[in-house]
Amino acid sequence: MAITSDAQFHVLAVDDSLIDRMLIERLLKTSSFHVTAVDSATKALKFLGLVEDDMRTFDTPSVASKFHQDVEVNLIITDYCMPGMTGYDLLRKIKESKSLKDIPVVIMSSENVPSRINRCLEEGAEEFFLKPVQQSDVNKLKPHLLK
Amino acid sequence: MEVGQMQRQWVDYTKSLVFEGFLDGQFLQLQQLQDENNPDFVVEVVSLFFEDSERLLNDLTFALDQNGGVDFKKVDAHVHQLKGSSSSIGAQRVKNCCVAFRNFCEEQNTDACLRCLQQVKQEYCLAKNKLETLFRLEQQIMAAGGSIPMIELSF
Repeated sequence: MAITSDAQFHVLAVDDSLIDRMLIERLLKTSSFHVTAVDSATKALKFLGLVEDDMRTFDTPSVASKFHQDVEVNLIITDYCMPGMTGYDLLRKIKESKSLKDIPVVIMSSENVPSRINRCLEEGAEEFFLKPVQQSDVNKLKPHLLK
Repeated sequence: MEVGQMQRQWVDYTKSLVFEGFLDGQFLQLQQLQDENNPDFVVEVVSLFFEDSERLLNDLTFALDQNGGVDFKKVDAHVHQLKGSSSSIGAQRVKNCCVAFRNFCEEQNTDACLRCLQQVKQEYCLAKNKLETLFRLEQQIMAAGGSIPMIELSF
C-alpha cells in the first residue's frame, strides 16, 4: 500500500536583505511551504547544484545533480536588486540550465520599472511581485507549482 | 490597569500611528504574520530594522562627510537599502524621506542630501520611539496574562 505524505512544496528564497528574507520566509511558511532562504544568487546556484567551476567551461548538471538529488526545489523566489549576481542573472542561468529550467521562478523588486518587469517575464519569470510582498502575492504561487 | 483597558490602549495607539502616517498597512501585515508559534516575529523584524537603520545612518553620515568628493552612488545604495527595509516593516515616513533623498542623490546635490539625512534621522528617531512604546505596551499586556489584539485592516 502506497503511503502518500503531504506533499510540501519546497521554495528557495533569495534576497540579500535579512529583513526581507525573514519576511518572505514567514509569508511562505504561513502558506505551508518548506523554505530555504539564501542571501545571494551565487549561494542559490550552489544550493541548486549548479556551480560554475573555473576548471569547467560548461555546466554539467547531470554530475552536479547527482549530489543534490535530495534537494528538490519546486519554486524559486528571488529579489531583483542584489550585489554581484542580480535576480535577473539568476533567472537566466536557471532558464539556460537543462536540469533547472522547468522550476518556476518569481522575481521581487522594490521598484516598479515596467521595462524591468517585462524583461523578467520575457526571460521566463512566472510572476513579478512588488515589495513589500503581501500574503495575497504568495497565494498566487500554488497554481504555478501545480502545473 | 486591567488587561482589557491595556488592549484598548494598544489598539488606539496603533491606529493613531497609522493615522498619523508613521506606520502603514505593511506594519499591520507583519502583525498578521505573528502567531502562537511565532510570538516574537514583529519585535524580531523591527529590532533588525533598528540595527540595520542605525548602521546605514552612520554610513550615510560618513559618506556625505567626504570633503574630497561625495560618492553619490554609494550614498544612493545606502538610501536604497534604508528605503527597502523601512518599506518592509511599514515605517512610512522614513520610507518617504528616502524617496526624496534618492532624488537628490541623482541630482548629486550635497546640501539637499545633507538636509535629507537630517530629516531621515529625525523620522527614524520618531518611528523608533513610537515602536518601542508600542512594544512596551505589548509586554505589559502579556505580563498581565493578556494577548495582543488583532487589528482589522479596514478602519
